[in-house]
Amino acid sequence: MALFEAKNVTKKFGTQVALDNVSISVPEKCIFGLLGPNGAGKTTLIRIINQITGPDSGELFLNGRKLNPEDVVSIGYLPEERGLYKKMKVGEQALYFAQLKGLSKAEAMRRLKYWFRKLEIVDWWGKKVEELSKGMQQKVQFVTTVLHEPKLLIFDEPFTGFDPVNANLIKNEILFLREKGATIIFSTHNMESVEELCDNITLINKAKTILEGNVYDIRKQWAASEYDIVFEGEISFPENERFNIINREEENGKSSIRLKAKGNADTNEILQLAIGLGKVISFNPALPSMNEIFIRVVESRN
Amino acid sequence: MSKIPVIIKREYLTRVRKKSFIIMTILAPVLMAALIIVPTLLMMNQQQDFKKIAVIEDNSDLFKGVIKNTENLEFVYLDNVKVDDLKTTFEQAGYYGILYISPEIVNTPNAVQLISKKQPPIGLLQHIESSLEKDIERQKLMTYNIENLDQIMKNVDTKVSVQTKKIGDSGEVEDTSTGIAMALAYIGGLLMYMLVFIFGSQVMRGVIEEKTSRVVEVIVSSVKPVELMMGKIVGIALVGLTQFLIWVFLTMGIFTVLKSTVLKTENLTEVSQNMTKSILSDEQQQMAQEQSASVNPDMAEFQQLFTSALNQPWGLIILSFIFYFVTGYLLYASLFAAIGSAVDNETETQQFMLPVTIPIILGLMVAMGTMQNPESSLSFWCSLIPLTSPVVMMARIPFGVPYWQLGLSMVLMVVTFVAFVWMAAKIYRTGILMYGKKSSWQEMWKWLRYSG
Repeated sequence: MALFEAKNVTKKFGTQVALDNVSISVPEKCIFGLLGPNGAGKTTLIRIINQITGPDSGELFLNGRKLNPEDVVSIGYLPEERGLYKKMKVGEQALYFAQLKGLSKAEAMRRLKYWFRKLEIVDWWGKKVEELSKGMQQKVQFVTTVLHEPKLLIFDEPFTGFDPVNANLIKNEILFLREKGATIIFSTHNMESVEELCDNITLINKAKTILEGNVYDIRKQWAASEYDIVFEGEISFPENERFNIINREEENGKSSIRLKAKGNADTNEILQLAIGLGKVISFNPALPSMNEIFIRVVESRN
Repeated sequence: MSKIPVIIKREYLTRVRKKSFIIMTILAPVLMAALIIVPTLLMMNQQQDFKKIAVIEDNSDLFKGVIKNTENLEFVYLDNVKVDDLKTTFEQAGYYGILYISPEIVNTPNAVQLISKKQPPIGLLQHIESSLEKDIERQKLMTYNIENLDQIMKNVDTKVSVQTKKIGDSGEVEDTSTGIAMALAYIGGLLMYMLVFIFGSQVMRGVIEEKTSRVVEVIVSSVKPVELMMGKIVGIALVGLTQFLIWVFLTMGIFTVLKSTVLKTENLTEVSQNMTKSILSDEQQQMAQEQSASVNPDMAEFQQLFTSALNQPWGLIILSFIFYFVTGYLLYASLFAAIGSAVDNETETQQFMLPVTIPIILGLMVAMGTMQNPESSLSFWCSLIPLTSPVVMMARIPFGVPYWQLGLSMVLMVVTFVAFVWMAAKIYRTGILMYGKKSSWQEMWKWLRYSG
C-alpha cells in the first residue's frame, strides 16, 4: 500500500511551469529516490509535499487520506539548504523545532537526550550553532528532522557536508528509521547512494516524469544486452556476428571483457559462445549504473 | 493547534536576552538624563571661565561704567589708549579682548567692535549689547527732560507671560499651556515615529536573518508562513513594549533621584539667583528681589505649567498612543516583513525602504508643523491617512481633536492595517523561498497574485 501519493500535480510560477502533471507513489517502508537534474522541479514537489506551497492542480494523499495541514507533524523534512539560527544554542534550537512539530517540551527533551547520546553530540548542547563546524550542524539538523518520529521523512541531499565516517553513520540511521517503520523520500544527485539505498525512483526532467519504477528493474531494463565476462589467460576473439567487444583489460593472467550483444541474442547464446572461447571465471549481465542511466535518459530528452 | 505562541516566545526571549538589548535598555535613560545634566553642568562651568575685557572709547567717556562687571566678566575702562597700540599686546596684558566704542554709536549701531583672538561667546555679546542699548535708550530719553526718569524706567520694566485658558463647551475654564501641549505633541509624535521605525526594521532584519540562514524552509514545513510572520511581529512588539516600560520606570527613577539630590529646590533657586545676579545690574537686581518678595514670577509660571500639565487629557493620550502604536507598528512591521522576505541581504533593502520610509518621515515633518499650527488642513488630512496618522494624530491630540476625527482615523487605521497584513503575508509567503532573484516591485506584485 502506498503511504504517500501525488496524483497529477501541476504547479506554475507565472508562465514558468515547475511541475507538469507529475505523479508519484511511495510504498510504505520504502526508500524512494526523487531524482532529476538541477531545476527539474524536485524542490517544488518536495515543498508541495511539505505543504509549504500548494499545487495549482492535482491531489496529494497520505495514508490514503487527503493531505491536510495537520499532517505536518507526520512529515520530517531535511532541506538541501540547511539552516539553523546561528546565534541560538544547539539545545534550545532543537527544542524549538521539536515544539513547532507539536511535541511537548518534556517529551522533546526526553527524545533529544536519546538522540544526542546516540550521535555523540551531548557536549554541544550549550554551544551556539555558529561555533559548530558544518558537519556538526548537519548532525544537529538531522536530529531535529527525525525527532518527532514522522511516518514520512524527506531527505534532500542528506550526505553533503559529512565526512565518510559520519556519512556512513547517517546512512545507517536512515536504514534504522526505515526498519522502525518510516517511509523515506530521498532526493540526491549521488547515484551510487541511489543504487545502494533506494528501492524505487522517479526521475523528473523539465517538470515532467521521464522514468520511474523499481531501481533493479530499471537497471535490468537498460542493461538488456551487455555482459561482463572474465576469462583465464589471454583470449583472442574472432570477428563475430553475435556481439561487439566494448572494452577489454588483461591483468594478472586474466582477461576482463565487456561485450554488447547484437540483434536479439539472449543470455544463453552469449554464455555458450563464451564457453567456446576459453575458460570462464565469471559471467554477469552488466547492469548499467544509475549514473549512466540518469545521463542517458536526461540527454535523450534534451 | 496554533504554534504562534511558541514562535512569539522564541522571538521575544532571544532578543530580550541579547547583550545589546540589556545595554541599550540601561543606557538609554542614562543618555537621556545626560542630555539634561550636561548642559546644566556646562552652564555652571561657563561661570568659572573668567574674562577681562578692555573698553576703549574714542575721546569720550560717555559709556564709562555702563557695562557692569559680572561674576565672570570684568570690564576695564582704559583712558588715553589707542586701539592700535593695544591690538598686538592685549593678550599679554591679560585681556580677553578689546571693546572699542566709537562716539558714532548713538546714531550707527555698528560703531562698536569687540576685538579678540577667539570667537566670543554669545552671552558676552548679549550682555554688552543689552547694556549699551539700555544706556543709549536712557541717554536719548534724558534729552526729553522727563522728571523722575529713573523711577519711571524702573516701573516700566515689565515681564509678560500670557496665560492661556481653554473654555469647554459647558463654559468651564481650564488652565492650559501651549508650551505643555507642544511638548506633549513633540514627545508623542517623535516617540511614535521612533518606536514604529526601530521595531519595524527589527522585524525586517529578523526576516532577512531567517532567509539568509535558510532556517525559514525548515520552519515553514512545520508552520504556515503567515504564522511565522505574525509570531515574529508580535514577539518583537512585546520586546518593544518591554523596553519602553523599563525606560519609563528607569527614567522616572532617575529623575526622582536627581530631583531629591543633585537639583534640590534650594540649589535651584540659588542657581537662578546667581544667574540673575550675573545678568542684572545692581538696581535691577534689587527690583527683582522686591518683586520676588511679593510674587515670584518664575514660581507662578511653574505652578501654572504644573496645573496645565495635570489638565492634559492623559487618559486619552495614553490610550490613543497604545492604539496607534499597536496598529501603526503592525502596519509598518508587515511592510518591513514583506521587504525583508523579498531580498537576499540587507544592502538590497534600500530600493524598497525608501517608499516605506517616506510616509513615516513625512508624518514626522507634518507632526512638527502641527505643533506650530494644529488646525492646518495638512495636519487634518495627515492625521486621517493611515500611513501618517499614528505620528500626526499623536501630535494633534494635546491640542484637542474632535472625537469624530479620532474615530474616523482609527477606523481607517484598522481597515488599512488588516489589508496591509494580508498583502504582506502573501508577498512574504512567496518571497521567503525565493533566492538569487533580483526582486523588484513588479516581481512582488506578481507574488501578490500567486495562489496558495
